[in-house]
Amino acid sequence: MYKSDRITQWVSHIFLSILAVGSIIPFIILLSSSLSGEAVIMKEGYSFIPKEFSFAAYEYLLNNSSSILRAYGITIFVTVFGTLVSLAMTSFLAYALSRRDLPYRNVFAFFVFFTLLFNGGLVPTYLVYTQIFDVKNTIWALIVPGLLMNGFNVLLMRTFFITSIPEPIIESARMDGAGEFRTFFSIILPLSLPILATIGLLQTIIYWNDWFNGLIYITEPSLFSIQNILNRMLADIQFLASSNLGTNASQAASQIPTTGVRMAIAVIGVLPILIAYPFFQKYLVKGIALGSVKG
Amino acid sequence: MMVPGIIYLLINNYLPMFGFIIAFKDINYAKGIFASDWIGFKNFEYLFSTRDAFVITRNTILYNGGFIILNTILAIGVAIMLNEVKNKLAKSFYQSVILLPFLISMVIVSYLGFAFLSEDVGYLNKTILPMLGLEGISWYNESKYWPYILTFINMWKGVGFLCVIYLAAIIGIDQEYYEAATLDGANKWQQIIHITIPSIMPVIVMMTLLAIGRIFYSDFGLFYQVPMNSGALYDTTNVIDTYVYRGLMQLGDIGMSAAAGLYQSIVGFVLVLLSNYLVRRKSKDNALF
Repeated sequence: MYKSDRITQWVSHIFLSILAVGSIIPFIILLSSSLSGEAVIMKEGYSFIPKEFSFAAYEYLLNNSSSILRAYGITIFVTVFGTLVSLAMTSFLAYALSRRDLPYRNVFAFFVFFTLLFNGGLVPTYLVYTQIFDVKNTIWALIVPGLLMNGFNVLLMRTFFITSIPEPIIESARMDGAGEFRTFFSIILPLSLPILATIGLLQTIIYWNDWFNGLIYITEPSLFSIQNILNRMLADIQFLASSNLGTNASQAASQIPTTGVRMAIAVIGVLPILIAYPFFQKYLVKGIALGSVKG
Repeated sequence: MMVPGIIYLLINNYLPMFGFIIAFKDINYAKGIFASDWIGFKNFEYLFSTRDAFVITRNTILYNGGFIILNTILAIGVAIMLNEVKNKLAKSFYQSVILLPFLISMVIVSYLGFAFLSEDVGYLNKTILPMLGLEGISWYNESKYWPYILTFINMWKGVGFLCVIYLAAIIGIDQEYYEAATLDGANKWQQIIHITIPSIMPVIVMMTLLAIGRIFYSDFGLFYQVPMNSGALYDTTNVIDTYVYRGLMQLGDIGMSAAAGLYQSIVGFVLVLLSNYLVRRKSKDNALF
């Protein structure tokens, strides 16, 4: 091995280790703070290693779990339902656009493509959804606006269909008497699992992490997703106490281990993703690389 | 089969495009959007007569410009180093961990930020600064620190993603170049400068131009959530996206907000066309259209 090789190895390892530690430290502080006693945090601040372990913050969340469980339910529903509908709509449109015999194919392709170049902006979008479709304070507000389908994914999937599915397969299916839908569901989809998995994964992350739709369209706490609860807690630490029915808000508020609870709820919000991460990491990396290759 | 998708794009994307008329109206909910009075360019005149227009444009461009430069340099550096690491296990560990921040929402990032920056209990004020013998700082009230904080957070969250893209490009380089260079006695550094960087140049150019095309759009969460919407910080944290949002949701100033939004859409559109034109001149294959 050349000397310069060994130096590069060392430099790379050291630099990347520092970066890796830097990426992880905030999560450790988050976790450790959620496990620290209230008094310790007040005195010492948030810290690396809990000076004394305390599950008070988690106990509090457990005792007041109704709104959090509800929010979890909403997030899970929105994520699963949104991702499935999104995949269906995206693949339908992409498949149609991939067929050479589609009339006005280029017009439709441009119709999709133009949405990537120009958009009306927040104000008109907000007015369309609130004034015309009245999604404010409905579950649809968390699913439909902006997230359900985007032109980029449609074009990505269309490219996949065109390049990876040989035309003769479709033709032979047609000759055997399969209709368009039959062809799509029993031939195209099974061949397209890689792209479906990639786009589905990205959509899942997008839905799970979305808080913006909740911020602008939802004011009713019973419809908050977990991200919206987190969002509200950041601005207003008493929010959880006041939103729990049946408890005396002011009394409950005085007993909350506020600084620890803040961090505990953030841990709860981020935990599912961290747990699932090792399992989907490979696909995520593939998906990112794929998206960059060609829109 | 196309019907659901096309209808969605019509509602979600095309219908709002006609909303540009809002920017030219004095919106009055009692009269309805279409019946509200036309006021021509009044909204724009107001917008550009305030200091806000200058501040949000400056912030948007400086931040995003800085992000593009710093993130690109760091991501390429990291990608090259990741490629050099021979140990497979270590390599995939580094990559996973560096990509981790990309996965979490800006709301969670705000909590992480708060854990460090909180005035009373933050890690910086309680642990780091006392260790250096410095006084605590009221982070959420001092706008001068925020350009650095936001740039740092943006890098922390975004580098992993870019790095994956550059690493994919580096892996695609033909190994024969390196073998030939090694035979000729080129050291690692020379190989990086003369083989790796030139080989991934098309990807760098494309990613950068794409980012420039979107320079007028900011990450709303970064500029709104992370500074906790603190009014004292607007001077260095207000960008076009947050301005539009506040105008719409908090101030109820729809006309002005719509004007700022249209200004963003149009300049953004021109920039996308321009950057694509530049990519196209350089290499047709890499152009978006």
